[in-house]
Amino acid sequence: MGSAFVTRLEGPAPEAQVARDMIRRALPAAPVLVGICAAMWSLEGAISSAYAIAIVLANFALSAAMLAYTARVSLALLMGAALFGFLLRLGLIFLAVLLVKDASWMHLGALGATLVVTHLGLLFWELRYVSLSLAHPGLKPSPKRNRSFQPAPKESVAP
Amino acid sequence: MSLLHTAAELAQEAATYTAAEAKANAGASSAGYAYGLAAIGPGIGIGYLVGQAVTAMARQPESAGMVRTTMFLGIAFTEALALIGFVVFILLKFV
Repeated sequence: MGSAFVTRLEGPAPEAQVARDMIRRALPAAPVLVGICAAMWSLEGAISSAYAIAIVLANFALSAAMLAYTARVSLALLMGAALFGFLLRLGLIFLAVLLVKDASWMHLGALGATLVVTHLGLLFWELRYVSLSLAHPGLKPSPKRNRSFQPAPKESVAP
Repeated sequence: MSLLHTAAELAQEAATYTAAEAKANAGASSAGYAYGLAAIGPGIGIGYLVGQAVTAMARQPESAGMVRTTMFLGIAFTEALALIGFVVFILLKFV
């Protein structure tokens, strides 16, 4: 296992690609969830729900950024970042909630429900778009992205 | 004499310890246990997951991209358990 301390992973980071895609897909869906929370808990619920969605997206982005950055240094640092990053991000979420828990616009029920639903919902939704193959380690190739790589149509050869 | 005095003070404190305070203290300690215990399981899970992923990447660097994606999603799924524990904590402690 000595190689884990010196092996570094160059190239594009698939986790950053996946996290960006999750954020991109979350933004159009967020108003729906905020609307549902607004219907259940009025304006306080809507603002708390939006705050929870921001926390979840920031959590994904920070996790991906930490993994992508440390993978370029060494695998051992990647492992450290994954483990201590978990504690750090839990602490940051705790701090983010603690700072606003007494605010007039805060509804803790809406915040908690949105945290869990958004986190799990985004993950399960993203599983549809993850490829996990050697050719495409991150997301599945979309037809739009591959349009430039399509081979030119064969020219007809006169007999 | 001072021992008797201390015992009297303790008895007086116990008499003023109301049921509401006892309930609040029990709620606070339960919330702390809920959050702490909920973070232990995901901690072990993420440690095992990342350890296996790093071993796989060190042995077969050409499949590192695939392993990293799986690892990222695995960490996020495992972290959901800690988030559920956190939500239980805030509901017990602050609501």
